[in-house]
Amino acid sequence: MSIMQYNGSAMVAMVGKNCVAIAADKRLGQRALTVDTDFQKVFPITDRTYVGLPGLATDVKTLHDRFRMRVNLYKHREERTIEPKTFAHLVSHMLYERRFGSYFVEPVVAGLDKNDEPFICGMDVIGCIDWAKDFVVGGTASDNLFGMCESLWEPDLGPEDLFETISQALLSAVDRDALSGWGAVVHIITPEGVITRDIKGRMD
Amino acid sequence: MNRLAEQLAANDMAELGLHSNNGSSAVAGPSFQLAAGNNPAAFAHQFIDAKSEKNSLIKIAHGTTTLAFKFKDGVMVATDSRATAGNVIASQTVKKVIEINPYLLGTMAGGAADCSFWERVLGMECRLYELRNKKRISVAAASKMLANLVYRYKGMGLSMGTMVAGWDEKGPGLYYVDSEGQRISNDLFSVGSGSTFAYGILDSHYRYDMEIEEAKDVARRAIYHATHRDAYSGGIVRMYWVKETGWEAFPLEDVGELYYKYHPEIQLTNSVESPLAVASSA
Repeated sequence: MSIMQYNGSAMVAMVGKNCVAIAADKRLGQRALTVDTDFQKVFPITDRTYVGLPGLATDVKTLHDRFRMRVNLYKHREERTIEPKTFAHLVSHMLYERRFGSYFVEPVVAGLDKNDEPFICGMDVIGCIDWAKDFVVGGTASDNLFGMCESLWEPDLGPEDLFETISQALLSAVDRDALSGWGAVVHIITPEGVITRDIKGRMD
Repeated sequence: MNRLAEQLAANDMAELGLHSNNGSSAVAGPSFQLAAGNNPAAFAHQFIDAKSEKNSLIKIAHGTTTLAFKFKDGVMVATDSRATAGNVIASQTVKKVIEINPYLLGTMAGGAADCSFWERVLGMECRLYELRNKKRISVAAASKMLANLVYRYKGMGLSMGTMVAGWDEKGPGLYYVDSEGQRISNDLFSVGSGSTFAYGILDSHYRYDMEIEEAKDVARRAIYHATHRDAYSGGIVRMYWVKETGWEAFPLEDVGELYYKYHPEIQLTNSVESPLAVASSA
């Protein structure tokens, strides 16, 4: 079993009409053993940029802390909040700094830029950015999520329809993955604000 | 082991049928086609991941919680229903209780194919015993037959941990039999990746003098808690009761619903301000 499967996770982000959504499961495990069913792996970076960190839990914590520091430094130097695309490049750079001894995390960035344009992207463990216009996935359920997203996603979904789509995609994906699930959280990012919802799921 | 391989290979392998091996064993068993070479078992091992330890071409369904215990009115048998191949959940509706005959049950842990095949063979042998001796086979004899059957293939990669439960002239019977050749009798067993969690519940709630309803509650809780903590157990709870008149199956219970039954206080709100808030039931 690879270290990417040690804790288990499912992560997905989707683009809608003037909105984006990012969702993740809540399990923290040690291989087969479920330790926590309320583990946070999606973090707000600004009011309208979120990052999801599927992979090794210790690196999830470390990277979140380091992102927070770098984003705060950016804010002080530039006197403005960071754009999602700029943040994605920051993340990518920080991962490539560890090219020969990487963090075991495949980040997903989702947000709205200053013109309210949706932005999402995914990355591998050393920072190669996957620019996507529809959806990105990550974690131990990523194969399942690809299948669900390919069949459920469509262009120009409004916030409520996008919520339904991303939730059903995630729940169905984790129900076929042994290492993720145990509840989920969904964030819908709109120009008016962020809607966060916890979702009931199977607890086995 | 090589001697066994030679002996098996010497038999007519043209058709894969059920026939005895030169009468060398007390129990007649099936024979199998083997790969050519000196050590067919080692050859097959390269490609088969019997214990979920490597990334092989052939993954064997693994991960289980099964339990069985004797109590004053018979034997309770309960299992989960999940089958996994690697991290993928292959099925949530597996039947891990094998109905050998109206008085005998076997449980499935380890290789699903190994368990279902060998317990089917056991069913056949038990029926033959009945026809020959004009009486039902004892649980002790049936479990020993299974143990002997799989012992002949020790070291060749069979993977099974099974409990044989039944009712005979002496009353309730319960044995644990595995592919390593072990055969033990006791009042309480749990087998599989979720067994440690099930034992936790069983050890603190099990009593011999339970009524059937209480026995069901304990069995259900033990399986439920195992499915909650063990990633490779889940699906539905199957329960059987073996009594003097034979076994009886109970309705299936979905674990997905059991969680919210056991935790009625959990009512997640959809409020934007405090999405994590738990509505109090008081």
